Amino acid sequence: MTLEIIGIFVLWTFLFGYLVVASIDFGAGFFNAYSLLTGKQRILTNIIQRYLSPVWEVTNVFLVFFFVGIIGFFPKTAFYYGTTLLVPASIALILLAIRGSYYAFETYGSRGHKGYSFMYGLAGLFIPAALSIVLTISEGGFVHMINESPTLDYEALFTSPLTWSIVVLSLSSVLYISSVFLTWYANKAGDLDATRLMRKYALIWALPTIITAGGIMVELRSHNREHYENMLDIWWAFALSLLLFIGTVWLLWSKRSYGLAFVLLGGQFLIAFFSYGFAHLPYLLYPHLTIYDSFTNEAMATALIVAFIAGLALLIPSLYLLLRLFLFNKDYVRGKKEDNHA
Amino acid sequence: MMNEESVFFSRVLTELTLSFHIIYATIGVGVPLMIMIAQWVGIKKNDEHYILLARRWARGFVITVAVGVVTGTAIGMQLSLLWPNFMELAGNIIALPLFMETFAFFFEAIFLGIYLYTWDRFENQKKHLLLLIPVAVGASFSAVFITIVNAFMNAPQGFDVLNGELVNISPLLAMFNPAMPTKVAHVVVTAYMTSAFVLAAIAAFRLLKGSNHIYHKKALFLTMKVGLVFSIATAIIGDFSGKYLAEYQPEKLAAAEWHFETEESAPLILYGILDDGEVKYAIEIPFALSILAHFNPTAEVIGLDQFPTDETPPLYIHYLFDIMVTIGMSMVLLSGLYWLGTKLKWAFVNSKWYRWLIVLGGPASIIAIETGWWLAEVGRQPWILRGIMRVEDAATTSPHVDIMLILFAGLYLVLGIGSIVVLTRMFRKNPVEQEIEDRHIEKGGDIL
Repeated sequence: MTLEIIGIFVLWTFLFGYLVVASIDFGAGFFNAYSLLTGKQRILTNIIQRYLSPVWEVTNVFLVFFFVGIIGFFPKTAFYYGTTLLVPASIALILLAIRGSYYAFETYGSRGHKGYSFMYGLAGLFIPAALSIVLTISEGGFVHMINESPTLDYEALFTSPLTWSIVVLSLSSVLYISSVFLTWYANKAGDLDATRLMRKYALIWALPTIITAGGIMVELRSHNREHYENMLDIWWAFALSLLLFIGTVWLLWSKRSYGLAFVLLGGQFLIAFFSYGFAHLPYLLYPHLTIYDSFTNEAMATALIVAFIAGLALLIPSLYLLLRLFLFNKDYVRGKKEDNHA
Repeated sequence: MMNEESVFFSRVLTELTLSFHIIYATIGVGVPLMIMIAQWVGIKKNDEHYILLARRWARGFVITVAVGVVTGTAIGMQLSLLWPNFMELAGNIIALPLFMETFAFFFEAIFLGIYLYTWDRFENQKKHLLLLIPVAVGASFSAVFITIVNAFMNAPQGFDVLNGELVNISPLLAMFNPAMPTKVAHVVVTAYMTSAFVLAAIAAFRLLKGSNHIYHKKALFLTMKVGLVFSIATAIIGDFSGKYLAEYQPEKLAAAEWHFETEESAPLILYGILDDGEVKYAIEIPFALSILAHFNPTAEVIGLDQFPTDETPPLYIHYLFDIMVTIGMSMVLLSGLYWLGTKLKWAFVNSKWYRWLIVLGGPASIIAIETGWWLAEVGRQPWILRGIMRVEDAATTSPHVDIMLILFAGLYLVLGIGSIVVLTRMFRKNPVEQEIEDRHIEKGGDIL
């Protein structure tokens, strides 16, 4: 394994972590707002708040880690993506900022302001839409070199069906991942009403998720032939991912083992995400940038990997403690333990 | 250059983001330490008031942390969005501390989540205090790593440029550059100092506004004492910063001190204005600049005459320097007198006007932080990476920076107002007298 591959593997893993954690977060915010609108707030808010409160800050770090890491391992990405992403990334940033801080304002400051909840819920849908644009751009065809500087062709971007399919996929998978997780979490808390409702949402969002995922494959065939063929070479991985998807839906449908259902879902996305990424290699941005011509020097790469391993040694036990105290703590999840918030 | 507009707006947006973020970042670095000190004193003295102090500070802290986190994310990403050429170069040499900062922050975030939700969960209070240590350590190390990156921009090393290629890169050498020790120490210590004085200002304000509760008096004395220690430390480190500048960035020191001609036994110019290149109404302290620069009253100090005009920083940084130093010194005096006065029972330190001065000290310390950063950043002009890359060559070529500037300005307005409203409401709704009473009822209930 070359240093380049190790670098992109580490970053991709963190991006996957962000995808899962943030999807749960964004989706939960949306369901919370939606339940306020439909008067089902009583059923959901408790369960959602209980999960979100201690972990909200951690979610953001996954994203920061990714974009700081990619500059470290592949400094040239700063030039290509930094220049082209000014507008979409700034919009995502502003939404993230409003969402993050107003979550804290509402939770720790003044509980129960409806306006905050709606803003929070809506922002959570726009953020994945804005961030997913990066994946679209990376497929090539939207960035042209003008006067030696990369320029984004907005018209081509916003009229491409690929863009919109990826946006729809990002939204439906956010809602799907989140509802499957919350079904399990509510079930664990022994909250039957919430479990029933979340299970229904999970089944609703399963279909659009898998349909758009398939549709994107088809669109890539004409948009980026090379990537498409690389994906066909590892068709079995995508088939396996599909099987896991069917497993999740079947478990949800027959109302059993919600925990396992979430594990299968994790597997489905893990395999699909890594297979997609693997087929994308060596390109970071078709056809301008590969992991090889953008890679940092050997000294920096080694230093980053050493720092990464040392950092993990520190983080994994701490994350384990966080999860044990809150996510996996039966009394906390069920709301038996008093809310000992400062 | 065709790109002037993008360069200009990129500079304004970066300055705006940093100026806003630094307020929350400073509080974010300093306050965990204050909470730790208060909780520790409370456990040691078995005094409920200090524990409650820690608890209430922690509650307010979450709000400032939230804004600090999101604006920190903003500046992190803006570096690549606005200065892509700089980040491409910097990524090759100084990415390590940036990367480590995310770990420090991750560490802090996890334990802050745990700490906030485990009040009263442990029989033994000390266990709960232990959870705060990673928060304080993580916060301070975030500041250390980020400041290392800034130090590198002032004194780049750890690489060579050969035919336009970067060679001999040493990430560790880049991290431990000559600017690093004084800069890191200065940033961390002033964060502690500012946080202490901001909290002191709040306590003094409560005492002025009618509440004569012993709780506020304890809070005031504790924070002023801590503030005194760190403001003295700041002054000492500031002196070393002068010596660093004289050695490695003489143009920055010369511009800040309006030292035009290279000379021996150089005097220090304080205050004054610049009129057609002539210094007027200034206070001149003989030999002081030579002492500041070299510890030696007769030493030679390099003046601006040694540098081409297109490589000298703007001269208005002298005013920034004056404001920063004046506030810093006043705070040493203010907290020193308060400490001494309390020990020796001088009445005036508990008088109204003195407490108003302490209230003023809070915002003044924040202003000192702001002017300090402007001095540091403007004083490096025209360079983004001193001697290697100019600011105008580093900026993005995207034509949309002006719109982004408006959007972000709106964001900071919303966040600034939001955080102030939430903080005031939070503490007004639940005054300390009420909370002390509530806790007594709770405890009483346990016994019955």
